Amino acid sequence: MTSPPASASPAHVAPPAPRSRTAPLPPWVAPLAGVTVAVAAYLVFRGTALLPHDDDAAQFGAVNDVRDWVDANRNESPIFLFFVNYVRLSVGGLYDAFNLVLHGLGWAGVVGSAGALGWLAGGWRIALVAVLGSGSLGVLGLWEAGVDTLALVLAAVLLSLLVGLPLGVWAGRSVRLRRLLTPVLDVMQIMPTFAYLSPMVLFFQIGNASATIATMIYAIPPAIRITALAIEQVPATPVEASTALGATRWQTLRKVHIPLARATIGLAVNQTVMMALSMVVIAALIAAPGLGSDIIRGLSRANVGIMLPAGIAIVAMAVVLDRITMAAAARGPAPAGSFSSRLRPAVTSVILLVTGVAAWLLPAEFPQEWVLRFAEPVNEAVNWAKFSWYGVTEAVRNAATETFLNPLQTVLTTAPWWLVAAVVLAVAWRTGGPRPAVTAVGCLLATALLGLWQHTMETLTTVLVGVVLALAVGLVSGIAAARSPRFASVQRPLLDAAQTMPAFVYLLPALALFGATRFTAIFASVIYAVPPVVRLVEDGIRNVSPVVVEAARSSGSTDRQLLWKVQLPMARRAILLAANQGIVMTLAMVVVGGLVGAGGLGYDVVSGFSQRTDFGMGFTAGVATVLLGIMLDRITQGADGRPSPRKKRFA
Amino acid sequence: MRIGRRLSLLAGVLTLGLAAAGCGGAKVETGTSSAQPSGSAGSSAPASGGTVKIAINGWAGYEASAGVIAYLLESKLGYKVEKKELAEQVSWEGFESGDVDVIVENWGHDDLKKTFIEEKKVAVDAGSTGNKGVIGWYVPKWMADEHPDITDYKSLNKYASLFKTSESDGKGQLLFGDPSYVSNEEALIKNLKLDYKVVVGGSEAALIESATQAQKQKKPLLFYFWDPHWLFSQVELVRVNLPPYTEGCDADPKKVACDYAELDLDKIVSKRFADTGGKAYELVKNFSWTNEAQNTVANDITNKGMSPEDAAKKWVEANPSVWASWIPR
Repeated sequence: MTSPPASASPAHVAPPAPRSRTAPLPPWVAPLAGVTVAVAAYLVFRGTALLPHDDDAAQFGAVNDVRDWVDANRNESPIFLFFVNYVRLSVGGLYDAFNLVLHGLGWAGVVGSAGALGWLAGGWRIALVAVLGSGSLGVLGLWEAGVDTLALVLAAVLLSLLVGLPLGVWAGRSVRLRRLLTPVLDVMQIMPTFAYLSPMVLFFQIGNASATIATMIYAIPPAIRITALAIEQVPATPVEASTALGATRWQTLRKVHIPLARATIGLAVNQTVMMALSMVVIAALIAAPGLGSDIIRGLSRANVGIMLPAGIAIVAMAVVLDRITMAAAARGPAPAGSFSSRLRPAVTSVILLVTGVAAWLLPAEFPQEWVLRFAEPVNEAVNWAKFSWYGVTEAVRNAATETFLNPLQTVLTTAPWWLVAAVVLAVAWRTGGPRPAVTAVGCLLATALLGLWQHTMETLTTVLVGVVLALAVGLVSGIAAARSPRFASVQRPLLDAAQTMPAFVYLLPALALFGATRFTAIFASVIYAVPPVVRLVEDGIRNVSPVVVEAARSSGSTDRQLLWKVQLPMARRAILLAANQGIVMTLAMVVVGGLVGAGGLGYDVVSGFSQRTDFGMGFTAGVATVLLGIMLDRITQGADGRPSPRKKRFA
Repeated sequence: MRIGRRLSLLAGVLTLGLAAAGCGGAKVETGTSSAQPSGSAGSSAPASGGTVKIAINGWAGYEASAGVIAYLLESKLGYKVEKKELAEQVSWEGFESGDVDVIVENWGHDDLKKTFIEEKKVAVDAGSTGNKGVIGWYVPKWMADEHPDITDYKSLNKYASLFKTSESDGKGQLLFGDPSYVSNEEALIKNLKLDYKVVVGGSEAALIESATQAQKQKKPLLFYFWDPHWLFSQVELVRVNLPPYTEGCDADPKKVACDYAELDLDKIVSKRFADTGGKAYELVKNFSWTNEAQNTVANDITNKGMSPEDAAKKWVEANPSVWASWIPR
């Protein structure tokens, strides 16, 4: 299909900037022609070449057979006896060890140790944050669950770093390994979190071990990526000097590379911790202990009062871990013999000593009278909002569903599969070139081979509507923030908070307001995807060279002209990247939305967990979401390569 | 040197972790051999350590039963209870992995019984809960008053347009609950040739809320629900008559064209818990109460904002004669 560059799904791609070609035609002719052809083809061939969904497709049955084989051979096959089961046992044991130590320390011990670590990492401010943050777990009445979650995060992070850091260092020094790893890490980062869970259950059964491993898989890409980047960026001069002085490779690595890359490697640790925290909630679906369990419970009871404290507790934990690791990464080694280098260890050991005594004397349980309970007022507020806004929320939901969702879904599910594929090919070719286009179409067709075409189209519909909304909101706020420092300073803490929240928490207000529908998932995904979009757009516009802006102003541009003719076109790369990030995040959330009525692939995954007969379908749907993610990523990757991991914290 | 020190610290932690992992492994297995590293690979031995792991499935009645059992285990027998929020079928897998000791309210699931009780031998039936359960399709009473024949499945197609929503693809909507619930809905619609689509609300709460709205605002609603449930005392509902249940008519899940059977709800426990659970197992086995009792506790949890612990405590304090016989001597 060498069709003309077309963009037939008009909404989801930022318009490519006009290329300076010698062709005499204006740049909009080709896309317009493409759209016309696609629309005409749809009208003619509508309803033909459909691939309707069948719950009993042979592909799903095959996966079920694999499951049955694994179930039957779990205690017989040598792969399980000598490998998989040992992995399960040792990972489970690692979690237990952390859990035992943390519970053994008691609340006073944990809070005190957090304070000591904070002091060691960054002085009294960080120590204060650490003490307040870890103490808040108790105040929220979630001490036990919080400690379980902490143990899970620590176990997963430890494993991720054990694998990720050496691999990252190696990748930083070997171009070949880097080339090998990059596509694998790409896929891992595009992969919606849900897709990990079924294979985990298959191999490691439910429980702590699978939860830890799932979290580890999710958290490991930044550890590898950022470490590799850090080692790669070590300037050549000191490395050459070291080699010239006769240092071995190992010595150069230890004495030159790692010390110079230290701060960035600290960032890798930080990102790994943050990723792990956002995964532990979802891991509760496969019986991970801790706060996630409360969030799932709140979700299944539609009870915001249960979910909110757990959500806050996770944010508190995220803030503490974030501040400690960032401070540790940012702080260079103190010069030997200086005041602070002697004071810090002394103060830390005093804190630890006091903590130890306190942990010894005080009961391990958090004192009940310090617990703050606010489930009831929260639920009352939610109920009030639900009943008094019912008319409005229902009108909004129905309007959005009837005007955008249903028509688009009808188009995508009644269009012949080859037409959808052709449009995807054309759009991806236009935005990314031939190679991404072929990958995108390959992934799309693979979902058809998996027997999930129709559900993939349903999910695609939801994602497209969500992305358009997220981009619209993100662009407006990003532009506003770039132009008004005051607006930016108000918005920044909100974005920070939004990015630390575990994705699940967004489902809650959405569910309360809109009930269990596709629109709920869209609403949640918009809240989830907007912060990175805003950030990228704002950065992109700010980074437009002041000289150019000045030149435009002095030649008499109005503000509006400046924005449309100069700033937006020059920030095109950043905006494309924002579209890319937005789309990947929206997909992740829409799939999670399967829990609250979003249908499509996400629901298949959910029912795959809940009904044994649907295991095959759920597993396959997990694979299909990954394929859909790769497809969307390739389409929006646009002109530039893949410059940064999903959560773009550093630039 | 800082890095060196850190690395050695890391190595220390790692060794510690591995050592602990080794202990975890040794604890589970019968010996040091790798003959059976799985199966009972739970992370802590349940009964001997005095901890009982109860699966919590997602509906209020279940939580009520679990709450009362947990409260009695903790307050009268001194056990520690770990509640795990899990889907029904995932809970069964927990018997095998050692993550679950008790399912307190099982709805049928003959296929799972076959797999986990007969074939894998990791679970055991611990007797009836005393509750009779029945699943069915319901409409609000005002609809049955307006359209008397709506309670017959044969006339459902006539009213399909009443039940149309933005989610139902132009067909009538049959609202369903949590994806993990026992369900023949898809097969019923197909085999009875109904012009309806199953729309998944996602939770018990979604069903309750829709039913409440349907009564308050006179909105048409056809939905999946079950008895025992406290909702029947607050919203007037009428059951839709499907072709009556006959023995074995639901044998093939794809060919079901009959109503749900009335089920004797039962408790399922892991084999290991049955063997080593001691008094805790005895209590679970003896537990048996009425639908009314369950509805009282479930109502306290859902509508009076009580925690399952508090609601259970209230019931236990009010009804000592009922549970006295459950406590093993």
